Amino acid sequence: MTQLDSVMAKVRSENRAALIAYIPAGFPSKAGCAKAIKALAAAGVDAIEIGFPYSDPVMDGPVIQEAADISLKAGTNAADVFEALYVAASTGVAAVVMTYWNPIARYGVEKFAQSIVDNGGSGVITPDLTIEESDSWIAATKKSGINPIYVVAPSTKDERLKNVTAKTGGFVYAASMMGVTGSRDAVASTANELVARVRTVTDLPISVGLGVSTREQAKSLAAYADGVIVGSAFIKLLLDAPSEQEGLDAITHLAKELALGVREGR
Amino acid sequence: MTTEGHFGEYGGRFVPEALIGALEELEAAHNAAQKDPSFIAELAELHRTYTGRPSIITEAKRFAEHAGGARVFLKREDLNHTGSHKINNVLGQALLTKRMGKKRIIAETGAGQHGVASATAAALMGLDCVVYMGEEDTRRQALNVARMKLLGAQVVPVTSGSKTLKDAINEAMRDWVTNVADTHYMLGTVAGPHPFPTMVRDFHKIIGNEAREQMLALTGRLPDAVLACVGGGSNAIGIFNAFIPDAGVRLIGLEAGGDGVETGRHAATITGGSPGVLHGTRSYVLQDENGQTVESHSISAGLDYPGVGPEHAYLHDIGRAEYRAINDDAAMAAFELLCKTEGIIPAIETAHGLAGVLIIGKELGPSANLLINLSGRGDKDVQTAAEYFGIPL
Repeated sequence: MTQLDSVMAKVRSENRAALIAYIPAGFPSKAGCAKAIKALAAAGVDAIEIGFPYSDPVMDGPVIQEAADISLKAGTNAADVFEALYVAASTGVAAVVMTYWNPIARYGVEKFAQSIVDNGGSGVITPDLTIEESDSWIAATKKSGINPIYVVAPSTKDERLKNVTAKTGGFVYAASMMGVTGSRDAVASTANELVARVRTVTDLPISVGLGVSTREQAKSLAAYADGVIVGSAFIKLLLDAPSEQEGLDAITHLAKELALGVREGR
Repeated sequence: MTTEGHFGEYGGRFVPEALIGALEELEAAHNAAQKDPSFIAELAELHRTYTGRPSIITEAKRFAEHAGGARVFLKREDLNHTGSHKINNVLGQALLTKRMGKKRIIAETGAGQHGVASATAAALMGLDCVVYMGEEDTRRQALNVARMKLLGAQVVPVTSGSKTLKDAINEAMRDWVTNVADTHYMLGTVAGPHPFPTMVRDFHKIIGNEAREQMLALTGRLPDAVLACVGGGSNAIGIFNAFIPDAGVRLIGLEAGGDGVETGRHAATITGGSPGVLHGTRSYVLQDENGQTVESHSISAGLDYPGVGPEHAYLHDIGRAEYRAINDDAAMAAFELLCKTEGIIPAIETAHGLAGVLIIGKELGPSANLLINLSGRGDKDVQTAAEYFGIPL
């Protein structure tokens, strides 16, 4: 049982959704990332995803691409990712890494899974790893006892949902719509339908991501999802802030709003 | 040899879950089409009346004098409509697009050859076409941008990352994830997630099928070596495929060595890279110790790509094909030589293969017959070549 499993069980017992925040390691700077993680945790976030910035993020929209570029230019590497993970875990929230597959393959599959555990992490979200290519990863996550978190999409057929969720641990990451990461004015109706379909094949908690940026959206998702994932909205605030402190203040404010939202849905 | 889209340990699918449905649909459509006589006949008719197939073979006698006296045969894909082998693939994929009931195609392009070919196929078949092209490349290849626009395509300059082919593919994949219901991604090479490496090979294998028969008719035997330039590797797979069972025929891919593999400024992915995942497939990749893709460098925009098709990775590892790097200068010397000895201006991509012919010819000597895929013509490269050779424009 990972810290993430405990957190998802706890929010279920509190009849609310979890608030899950995403921030890339090394963004807006190495020190700034640590401050942002602490600010998010202090503002009531239940779990934090540390992004492993990657040169070719095909699942990400312009905001996360820009953050990844900034981080990579500053030289962020695997050690920085695990350090950020450690900072997040040390605040008491559930901490996971979100990464494309190649950095894991390059680092060493078993070693990567073990480094998650060693730094207090609960699991890894792998947005471009299909279950068909997952044998070595599933074996490594079992050995290290971490959650392999897979993404499902509105286009995922029922039979495949069964197969993907059977490999998943922690929570199922439901992509709210067909598209890349980034804030949208409205969260698509496809989210509700997808979550309902996932419920029929698994008892795992289901968290919804892609396009969420406001308390209202968090509230409406919390009505039926177990977790609400917010990434680009925080990153945009940090990118747009005139100073680091103002950026930290802005994400604190948003996180507090969203934390209310995930408690208002039911 | 291959199972479920794998070539040994290479290939496969490393993509967002949102794309799985579309890839399965495409795989099914391709498999059905390959067995459907009406599809095969329709594509063959297009190739005969539109592409200009079969492409001829030209023996390059004066060029061969510089290749150790070996006989050199050029498979003239440069004479195809749109000026390169790329048309073979886009016509096949455009027919599949219509079969799947999709109305819109997207494509990536580096030098513009695949973009022009895609825009051409879209115009012919009445499909909407959006081409993603790195902002750097839209400047370097302004003429091809105009060409695509004349053909009715929308060209989107890509400003993310390194602003070149790699990032154009990223952007096309983002479009596809978003619009997959009505859009087909017309990937231009034998890379990407399954079924692309297999499907694009199937549409290009006509090159080798024709050439094998032509060589037997012309010379009474199989060639000693078959050569081709390799970026993503589509023209090379196209000509290699028919010869893979012929153990006596050496298959030689020439990668872009840029300033030299030892300088780190190159695009020789097999020669200078390592196994990894890029753009949905496992193959050789130019990457750093953290698994970040490293930018490639080549005088040839069409070879300037830090990945390579997974079947090439496999053919390399099992020793069936060999891969060597040709530096910019050697490629340009071969480019100039073909112009002046044969009256044929090749694409700079193709010139890397021609440089390989000069080397292999000397290694094998006068008794050897060498077949090279003359994959594209050099009209698009006139400006680059003029700058390189100091010809005032």
